[in-house]
Amino acid sequence: MSEKLMVKGTEAIGESAIRAGCRHYFGYPITPQSELTEYMARRLPKIGGVFLQAESEVAVVNMLYGVSCVGKRVMTSTSSPGFSLMQEGISYMACAELPAVFVNVMRGGPGLGDIQPAQGDYFQATKGGGHGDYRMIVLAPSTLQEAVDLTYISFDIAEKYRNPVLILADGMIGQMMEPVEFPEFVDVEKLKEPDWILNGADGRDPRRITSFDIDPHNLEKIILHLMEKYRKAEENEKRWEDFMVDDAEYLFVAYGTMARILKTVVKLARKEGIKVGLIRPITLWPFPYERIEEMAERVGFILAVEMSTGQMVEDVRLAVKGKTEVLFYGRPGGVIPSPFEVLEVLKKYVKKVRV
Amino acid sequence: MERSVIVAGFGGQGVMFLGQVLSLAAMFEGKHVTWLPSYGPEMRGGTANCTVVISDDEVASPVVDKPMDIIVMNIPSLLKFEKIVKEGGYIFMNTSVIDKETQRKDVEVVKVEANKIAEEIGSSKIANMVMLGVYVAKTKVVKPESVFEAIRKKSKKEFIDMNIEAVKKGLEFLRS
Repeated sequence: MSEKLMVKGTEAIGESAIRAGCRHYFGYPITPQSELTEYMARRLPKIGGVFLQAESEVAVVNMLYGVSCVGKRVMTSTSSPGFSLMQEGISYMACAELPAVFVNVMRGGPGLGDIQPAQGDYFQATKGGGHGDYRMIVLAPSTLQEAVDLTYISFDIAEKYRNPVLILADGMIGQMMEPVEFPEFVDVEKLKEPDWILNGADGRDPRRITSFDIDPHNLEKIILHLMEKYRKAEENEKRWEDFMVDDAEYLFVAYGTMARILKTVVKLARKEGIKVGLIRPITLWPFPYERIEEMAERVGFILAVEMSTGQMVEDVRLAVKGKTEVLFYGRPGGVIPSPFEVLEVLKKYVKKVRV
Repeated sequence: MERSVIVAGFGGQGVMFLGQVLSLAAMFEGKHVTWLPSYGPEMRGGTANCTVVISDDEVASPVVDKPMDIIVMNIPSLLKFEKIVKEGGYIFMNTSVIDKETQRKDVEVVKVEANKIAEEIGSSKIANMVMLGVYVAKTKVVKPESVFEAIRKKSKKEFIDMNIEAVKKGLEFLRS
């Protein structure tokens, strides 16, 4: 580990990707993450990397497809409307089993929306924003250090499952500054060359990378193979954080920025004698259903809080299986619920239960 | 210990820079810190603000409902943020620009003619650093040496001395 540096979230993600061995970045600027694109534009040419500003996000995702085919670590970053434009390509990449890292710094939507922090892209991120039977592994940092750490491992995860991985952040993580420590540089020369890449069939059998098979039985085989990988990801990749859950009588579930704000609410509530804890899913897909189910058996209710009108809460309900009441509070459109605002909501529900 | 401050003013008054220097100083002292900017379709002359939370432990929410302190550089910022200062907290006010009194009676008000002091050093542009000096002297949230170190790290070379001078004037301000 190196010394601490005070950086913006966008820069933290960019630098971490470079240290993870990413030397190819394609992007199209969009607030609130344009600084990440700028950072890569500044940094990559200096270290022998490739930066390219494409004509659109549709072009970007297909450039990622190309670079991934030759086995290089590649990344893009965008914000909500831009991420929508990439969905077709992501679906293609999932079917063709091409690893790449995407970063979506969410802003208020739908439509052009606004540029403030939001969490309205949860469905799109976790339920397949593009067409067909596929999944994207989704990592949701809540601090800048975590953004660094998750970005760093996201390339390994993408390669392990030969699948696109998404870092799902929001405008607050993108724009704020915090001290971080960066991990060591991966030696790009020493990265193992995958055995499926397209690098010329001279002296070996040809390889095929495609997202197409006209025969439904063959396509079914391909999809079942993908599902097998996804089952493995569900077994191995679930990540979450428990925060003051041991003696919790009530439970928050939230991710990213919202979870960070709730940690303050947990502390405020405990000062008033309300024993509340927090489970913070770090992987949104695969979602830590089992952990939340365990907790459901011993809390009075679960309150899911999101910067949206309620998306992750559906996964919480799936996890809980009716074992406790699942409540929701959210603010969409780029409004960030403040600690005291959520505390009041919590107190209202606690009062109801206690009566 | 955890202390939060909102720094607010016109775009161009250096409120973001003030917050960044303060944050960096806190980091040099091994403290946990978050710097959260307002951002949006603003232009020079529009309003800007940032929230800084400095803590001995990991900072939970970088979003603050009730900051302990506000540093306000213009009237719109005073009107916007005076309501939310914590009871017993502090309002640091640039009275070179603000010719109004606060409505709050339950907070301590520190009035600084920051532009005037800054102009004496050479430019009203460093009024932000004067305010920072006063803030640090009053709250002792970080040491002056850490602030100087942060300025050396963050400032353009030609402005380092001037900025440090302005902070020093701010530090002395409460004694006079």
